[in-house]
Amino acid sequence: MRRTRRRKLIGTIYVMPALLFVLAFTVYPFARMFWISLNDWSLITPPEYVGLDNFSRILDDDQFWTSLRFTLKYTIMITPILIIGGYLVALLTASNTKLRRFTRTVLFVPVVIGLGASSLLWYWLFSARYGLVNRVLQDLGLIGEPILWLGTDANLGNWAVIISVVWKVLGFGMILFVAAIQSIPTEVNEAATVDGANGWQRTTRVTLPLTMRTVLLVTLVSVIGSLLAFDQFYLMTAGQPFNQTATSVFYVYLNSFPFLKLGYGAALSLILAFIILIFTVTQMILTRRSQA
Amino acid sequence: MTSVVVPGATAVDVEGVDTPQSGDQHRTYRAPRPPRPTRYLLGALCVAICTIMVLPIVASVLASVKPTEEAAQTPPTYVPHGLSFDAYRRLWEYQAGLPTYVLNSFGTAMLTVVFTLVLTILAGYGLARFPVPFKEPLFVVLLLALIIPYQALLTPIFLTFADFGLTNSLIGLAIIHTAIQLPFSLYIMRNSFEAVPRELEEAAMIDGANSVQILRRVFLPAVVPAIITVALFAFITSWNEYLGALVMMNKDSKFTLPLILASSRTETSLGGTDWGMLQAGITISIIPCVGVYLLLQKYFVAGFLTGAVK
Repeated sequence: MRRTRRRKLIGTIYVMPALLFVLAFTVYPFARMFWISLNDWSLITPPEYVGLDNFSRILDDDQFWTSLRFTLKYTIMITPILIIGGYLVALLTASNTKLRRFTRTVLFVPVVIGLGASSLLWYWLFSARYGLVNRVLQDLGLIGEPILWLGTDANLGNWAVIISVVWKVLGFGMILFVAAIQSIPTEVNEAATVDGANGWQRTTRVTLPLTMRTVLLVTLVSVIGSLLAFDQFYLMTAGQPFNQTATSVFYVYLNSFPFLKLGYGAALSLILAFIILIFTVTQMILTRRSQA
Repeated sequence: MTSVVVPGATAVDVEGVDTPQSGDQHRTYRAPRPPRPTRYLLGALCVAICTIMVLPIVASVLASVKPTEEAAQTPPTYVPHGLSFDAYRRLWEYQAGLPTYVLNSFGTAMLTVVFTLVLTILAGYGLARFPVPFKEPLFVVLLLALIIPYQALLTPIFLTFADFGLTNSLIGLAIIHTAIQLPFSLYIMRNSFEAVPRELEEAAMIDGANSVQILRRVFLPAVVPAIITVALFAFITSWNEYLGALVMMNKDSKFTLPLILASSRTETSLGGTDWGMLQAGITISIIPCVGVYLLLQKYFVAGFLTGAVK
């Protein structure tokens, strides 16, 4: 008995540093954010308690809705491309031939480089007069004049960002899909072949259903990541034109830091956190289930 | 940054070292070979995909070695007509100088690695091998950062850090990066500690070793792969992270590489953005990531499969 009590204590001591860390740098800031959101606070002036004013102001804030709508639009546009595209490349490269392995390695390279670096790289590629995208399109005779991709047209800017992000993260979904496809027991496919299923039927009736949970999880991860998009827009379009491509995190950042409207920024953060919460909790439930 | 655990995923290399998963049972199904034209077509598709993925990086590296005038030319050239390291020279002396920024990034990344390893090795050990009271609720609290995105916490973190003088400090930034990495790393550590056979631990206990000695002699050698994976992801996350650094660092001598790259955009040479210097910076910030990835691919993929990181 005494020994068990001792081991309980020792174990608790080992967990303590991590626990204190999480309390100090995740739980405490989160609690503090609630308090900040109830205040009108610009860092220079002392905080003034205003109750739920910040939240009711958000409802009338056009830019809040513009940002939220744009973030959702971006998410809805990019997610199917990432999932379907990632799955198709996974199907293409799932077998372990030399060429397939090499293709997987190459597809994964952009995943490890920074989103900041890749956004700046594409910022250059999409630049109207100095970028290679317009040069290629002009040389192919597809366009006459250089296109102003970034900063003047919200749709063009969005597409430029989507292209850059798809390039960067396609390999992420691919590798998880490949793992799922490869873990399907051989017998299942053999049985299907014996029953006369062709390649297409094996893919749609065997592979896809058996990897559905991974598809769902990757979809959730992509949705959460896209809802939190910041770097790519901050660096490529800078939110232009007229903050039409400023995402939700972008708007939180603008209010909290350059504008120093801390109370308002915190209220926006909370709303964002609750939107994300729906997706992360779904993800956790799914993960837990799949472990069992 | 989010984490996810993927069902049924064990060790599949990106490059695909044939990892027998559980004997023959799991050997990958070999479909009847498609007819030859289809096979060639699929092969060509692989080659085309590889080319598309690599081209932007090649273009960036090539642009970084263009002579100054050529880098500012419009329309741009595909392949440099001359070779010059002027862009790197300008970057070397830009503002506080490239060495400062590389050291800031590297220092922050190393601190993040150390913080993450210390916290998760201890907590992983405690959770996996001791009857800690309220173990599962505790574990959920430790994984809270998964539910609350750090992007939403930056305002209060900034204010708290300002109180403690941790803004404009590499330690402060490393703390944020550690908080981002903690759930994923702890998850991997705990699993890895749990996988160590009981007999090893018991033998050491009978020899009279205390818990610290057992951790050092029995467990640490056994969890080396997890340590490498956790360190690798902590390093890459920190090296690449942008928003946290943007918020915490406002003195340019404290900037990390991604920050100085972004601000170098507005710098002009010959009347526009210094594209050559920007591409030189991108090349330098990409090198460690790609290098480490190619060297330690196995650990990367293991990490991505247990707790995927974006």
